[in-house]
Amino acid sequence: MVRDVTLGQYMPGRSVIHRLDARSKIVLLFAYIVFIFVSVNYMALMLITMASLLVVLTTRIKFRMYLKSMKVILIVVLFTGILNLFYGSGDTLWEWQFIKITEGGINNAVFVTIRIATLVLISSVLTFTTSPTDLTDAIERLLSPLKLLHVKVHEIAMMMTIALRFIPVLLEETDKIMNAQKARGADMESGNIMKRIKALIPVLIPLFVSSFRRANDLAMAMECRCYNGGKGRTRMKILKFSLWDLWGLVFSIIIFAGVILCNVYFPATVR
Amino acid sequence: MSVLKAENIRLVYGAGTSFEKTALDDVSFEIEKGELVGVIGHTGSGKSTLVQLLNGLLKPTEGKIYLNGKDIWKEPKKIREVRFKVGMVFQYPEYQLFEETVYKDIAFGPKNMGLSEEETDKKVRMAAEFVGLKEELLDKLPFDLSGGEKRRAAIAGVIAMDPDVLILDEPTAGLDPLGRDALLSQIKDYHEVRKNTVILVSHSMEDIARLADRILVMNKGHKVMLDTSENVFAQGKKLEEMGLRVPQITKIMMLLREKGLPVNTSVLTVEQGFNEIINMNR
Repeated sequence: MVRDVTLGQYMPGRSVIHRLDARSKIVLLFAYIVFIFVSVNYMALMLITMASLLVVLTTRIKFRMYLKSMKVILIVVLFTGILNLFYGSGDTLWEWQFIKITEGGINNAVFVTIRIATLVLISSVLTFTTSPTDLTDAIERLLSPLKLLHVKVHEIAMMMTIALRFIPVLLEETDKIMNAQKARGADMESGNIMKRIKALIPVLIPLFVSSFRRANDLAMAMECRCYNGGKGRTRMKILKFSLWDLWGLVFSIIIFAGVILCNVYFPATVR
Repeated sequence: MSVLKAENIRLVYGAGTSFEKTALDDVSFEIEKGELVGVIGHTGSGKSTLVQLLNGLLKPTEGKIYLNGKDIWKEPKKIREVRFKVGMVFQYPEYQLFEETVYKDIAFGPKNMGLSEEETDKKVRMAAEFVGLKEELLDKLPFDLSGGEKRRAAIAGVIAMDPDVLILDEPTAGLDPLGRDALLSQIKDYHEVRKNTVILVSHSMEDIARLADRILVMNKGHKVMLDTSENVFAQGKKLEEMGLRVPQITKIMMLLREKGLPVNTSVLTVEQGFNEIINMNR
């Protein structure tokens, strides 16, 4: 069911990761993503993947939830993985007409799959453990230097929160509409790809219509509460760095240093 | 033979996760052909879940559902046929409209059934007439209709499949008093003309009292009773404990009785109550 999708949902908890300052979580997330892609050999990749898994375990959120969020992008992962299998140089291991699988290709496929999986995993940590309000707050604070360049930081942050906030709502809505159309005999489970794409129209149109309705209602409700942007707004909860943030930073720096060392001391497996 | 039969139904949402919730537990009942059954229950009592099980949109974790004596999940591939036979109108059905014209939208169900153009046309016009949609509205864009008209068009989309059992989940929610009265009498007419089974889920005791032959009372995922309207509403205390109530007119009759007036308390509609009081004075 569509409702099983967990990507982008907040799951309240009291773990160390939950209690980290949202700003450090965002910055560290970006650093992790960079280092996931910087790793060029299996040692480095293993180190950063293990570190990510450790972070995932520390959140004390059931691993099943992470798997569910991976489910959404499973097709993307498989697709890129398989596609990469056919690229790359090195010794040819298997050949059939124009299709050629090389050692480099296998390495590429493994790397790209693990990289994307880890990427989703570590990104899920951020959304699972940070409430949407904290998240926007942090984004706004992190981007605030851009205000000097007249970038509308508050508005961007607000749009992001709203988008995140409405993911579960829209999923629920999709589920409802799908059920309603299935009750009228819409067949979404069989047929070839063209037929299936066509079968989505009765779901997508009502979904678009209701999204616009929702957006309109929300804008109205915000105006009714005199929302007029970020100027002069104060916060109920003020973000604060704690000792935990420092430990998180130290841990991450050790891992990053490890990745760099691995990269330097072991030969690169992918370009 | 009963048209629908539920046998020890149990449904668990999100089994094995932290969100695990038993929505229905050991629910059994039978609904006879041609009956109009009302389903009442507090929010979260499992009413909506129950009706979605009846047309195969949800699969019970345990237990079986029989349609005309056949287990609906015996051949999962043929579940669409069950959905054609058990028509389901969801809450706020107007949000499912998607076609370019009202006509096409109503025809969506019959077309999926594989009916010919001719038959589809007949069914569409029949359905539109039952819900009181005027001919000229059929060529309009569904999104241009008024709220009440949209609701009617959506209900017509299910009626057009000519189901043996019609399930309506809160069909009058959000309608104005006039619209709701009109819709309810159309449902009653439809039921009387087609002589098929109708299941009506509602929060309004007045609506249920007016239409239903029998009432199924749900509470916290359990079936509490399935009995005639008179018998169900005679148990005012029990209903109130579950966060439900009896129709206002029944309540008034009960209060009059308490004050010592010799009135019959099994009154369900205002007209009946009116007659009861007039007769009492004679």
